[in-house]
Amino acid sequence: MSQPLLSIEALSAISTRDGGQPVLRDVDLTLKRGEVRGLVGESGAGKSTVAKAVLGILPSTVKLTGGWVRFEGQDLMQMKRAAFSALLGRDITLIPQDPQTALNPARSIEAQLTDGLRLKLGLSRTAARARALELMDEVQIRDPARVLAAYPHQLSGGMRQRILIAAAFAPEPKLVVADEPTTALDVTVQKEILRLIRRMQEAHGTAVIFVTHDLGVVAKICDSVTLLYAGKVIEDGPTARLLNALRHAYTRALLSAGPRYDRPDAGLEPVPEAVFAQLRAEIGLSQSNSEGPRS
Amino acid sequence: MADLSLPLAVPRHRGKTLRVLLTEPRVVLAGGFLALLLLVALFAPALAPKDPLEQDLMLGTLPPAWLEGAEPGFLLGTDDLGRDVLSRALYGTRIALTVAVTAAGLSALIGTALGLAAGWYGGWADRIISRMVDIWMAFPPVLLSVLLVAVLGSGLHSVIAAIVIIDWTRFCRVIRAETINQAGLDYVTAARAIGFSRRQILFKEILPNVAPVLAALISLEMGIAVIVEAILSFVGLSLSSDTPTWGGMIAQGRQMIHQGWWVLVVPLLALFATVLAFNQLGNGLRVALDPVMRR
Repeated sequence: MSQPLLSIEALSAISTRDGGQPVLRDVDLTLKRGEVRGLVGESGAGKSTVAKAVLGILPSTVKLTGGWVRFEGQDLMQMKRAAFSALLGRDITLIPQDPQTALNPARSIEAQLTDGLRLKLGLSRTAARARALELMDEVQIRDPARVLAAYPHQLSGGMRQRILIAAAFAPEPKLVVADEPTTALDVTVQKEILRLIRRMQEAHGTAVIFVTHDLGVVAKICDSVTLLYAGKVIEDGPTARLLNALRHAYTRALLSAGPRYDRPDAGLEPVPEAVFAQLRAEIGLSQSNSEGPRS
Repeated sequence: MADLSLPLAVPRHRGKTLRVLLTEPRVVLAGGFLALLLLVALFAPALAPKDPLEQDLMLGTLPPAWLEGAEPGFLLGTDDLGRDVLSRALYGTRIALTVAVTAAGLSALIGTALGLAAGWYGGWADRIISRMVDIWMAFPPVLLSVLLVAVLGSGLHSVIAAIVIIDWTRFCRVIRAETINQAGLDYVTAARAIGFSRRQILFKEILPNVAPVLAALISLEMGIAVIVEAILSFVGLSLSSDTPTWGGMIAQGRQMIHQGWWVLVVPLLALFATVLAFNQLGNGLRVALDPVMRR
């Protein structure tokens, strides 16, 4: 079991739109079984691109130019399409970002929650339904039978996200990719959803890649963190160590840029320009490019 | 969206689509009228007081029953050949509805298939299909249909073929746009992340979401088909002038407008009411199906 569950090595990608702008620069990332890894960065830092590369759902505007993504030793990039499709939704699943649009408005919750179970695990309709009811209990949905018969527009955002979490954990995957699962939610619901993901992850022993721009979220639920800037990894390590002894000026600045609940009157502290300049120098970006490439 | 939910109670499921439709007055009124029309078409032989083809020159140009000089038994009068206007109008329903249903159905089938292919697969399929639509739309439709029927030879089949050949573009354009729209939503990404094939996503995820628009389009197209058939009958390209069609009756009535206005007005009213009903049904469907599916 010494083999990591997922290892990404020197993954590079360019945007096909902005004249071949790099989107990822030699990204390395290893994930142990059952580990929760935060993938953090500003918009356009490439965190979503890494997640999408793992799932094989990159938009057509991004092209991989090098590197490997190995899942249990198999190279996902070199895999046959059929084998990869079989793996997706069974061993690797996704918790999407926006519960408003991530559920098909025209299909009932039952149909969507049992899709993976029936397609990937070959369960019968009744077996899948029984499993779906179990899962909904696990994600604390009251009156699950009624919710199963409902359509997405009849449920609140928090409920929909619970359904999506249930669906992601349904086939007992080894890896769940959570793509900013709390950004589209109300602050009050966010915390519950975070706890829920953590609890599900612990109960099922699943590894999770948690894409977020919120270091507060990372502190709450991640075992380890990978921090990206402009497509390059600039911090990588266990959460506790990283947050206590910040190696990089950028990480420090990023942390103090967030709102403080204990000092609500204090203004937000922008990341100093000097820090960006230092970052760009390290990565080797030209001075004119003040922002990271958009993914 | 206020979302303070711990699991909330689910609003009672609003039931089948049918019940939703019945809350939209336009759908009920227009749909009811069209259902009645369908019955008239089916039972025209039983409903018509006279044989629509029977001529009696002694009874030519009789006015409707409430005017002076009317004969009993001819409720809406007769034309110059002594044929019963009511019976001919009732029989005319058959041709109108046959054309409406088959022409709209076939153009919907072709247009939807091409629209889905263009919108979903993109690339070359999209380029070829879209250019074809552009070229098609450059022709004036009525002129093109007259030309087509002239080439194909007159008769019901040619009329239907002409309408289908011209009007599939209406479906193709709208369905393509709607497909592209839906394809950008997260639920499609989520389906990809489960490992659904593109084909499965198209039929399971996207088609049900395009269906409401399609239903509205079909209804509108039926109205158009009725008009086109009437135009072609009017210019004498549809069916032989014996066969009772509304367009043929209008053409005949136009020539004797000063002797008997009713020969023109009765089919005109039938045409007007039918097309209005189809249009209202289409608009009603769009309104009734949308909020349920899209909120």
